[in-house]
Amino acid sequence: MNFVEIIHAARDSGDYHRLGEAIPYMESLGLSVAPCDGGVVLLLAAAELHVGNPWRQALHGGLIGAVLETAAIVQLILEPDVETLPKPINITVDYLRSGRVVETRARARVTKLGRRVANVYASCWQDDEARPIATLSGHFLMT
Amino acid sequence: MNDSTFLEQLRAFLARPGNQSPHNQFLGMQIVHLEHARAVLRVPYRAALAGNATSGVLHGGVITTVIDSACGVSVIAALGKRMGIATLDLRIDYLKPARPGEAVTAAAHCYKVTRNICFVRALAYHSDRDDPIANCAASFMITSLEPAGPALTEETL
Repeated sequence: MNFVEIIHAARDSGDYHRLGEAIPYMESLGLSVAPCDGGVVLLLAAAELHVGNPWRQALHGGLIGAVLETAAIVQLILEPDVETLPKPINITVDYLRSGRVVETRARARVTKLGRRVANVYASCWQDDEARPIATLSGHFLMT
Repeated sequence: MNDSTFLEQLRAFLARPGNQSPHNQFLGMQIVHLEHARAVLRVPYRAALAGNATSGVLHGGVITTVIDSACGVSVIAALGKRMGIATLDLRIDYLKPARPGEAVTAAAHCYKVTRNICFVRALAYHSDRDDPIANCAASFMITSLEPAGPALTEETL
């Protein structure tokens, strides 16, 4: 099964555990997908290996970008009639607060799903979804 | 301290095992080149970092992370002394897919330093800078004029 098929199978069964097998990077990081409020949420388990600034014990900014980008791609695949793997065209990540070494969550919403290009917004938070640590806006090629 | 002394100390500091951040160590990040306002960093290929178990291409997140790290180091190399910095924003254009089984290199240039904000451009590529995988524009905030962490001359963290 390819990535799109695995996500669709996970959506139908509600079990997202097999995602890690298809994406070694997600498994290596402890990044998983869970069903939430009729959609999905990405979970990054707290781990020392995520630290980008050891003096401030802050999460690596690149990693936060990776979590947001993964949230956007997974959400796009879950949209009706999406059968191909969306390819990122560009992403803009705004860093709002320093990320601490605790469980981190991300969720995405599709702003516009066009025939060829989709625009997606994603947000990443720790304790409180209303206080995001970073947000992403990105374009993805759907063909 | 003049700039060349600082760069020499920064180079030596980052070259010592254990002096990079845990996440950069996890990725196996290497400092390839460092000069005033410029940094080149590389992540060697590893199957555990692939975005797709079948194709074996490094995950896009690895590309984002090596770019962010290279940008950050270029800012420190431009400031000429250790200061606290934080990424404000990062925009990345993905120009072409990465090739399976290959390392990704990011070259960053901090082309403008102001009192509060530093502006950076970066490219990610495999081996040829003229055939880039991704282009980046980023900005960093100077969060503190005090050096974060130990002096560069200290042996370890």
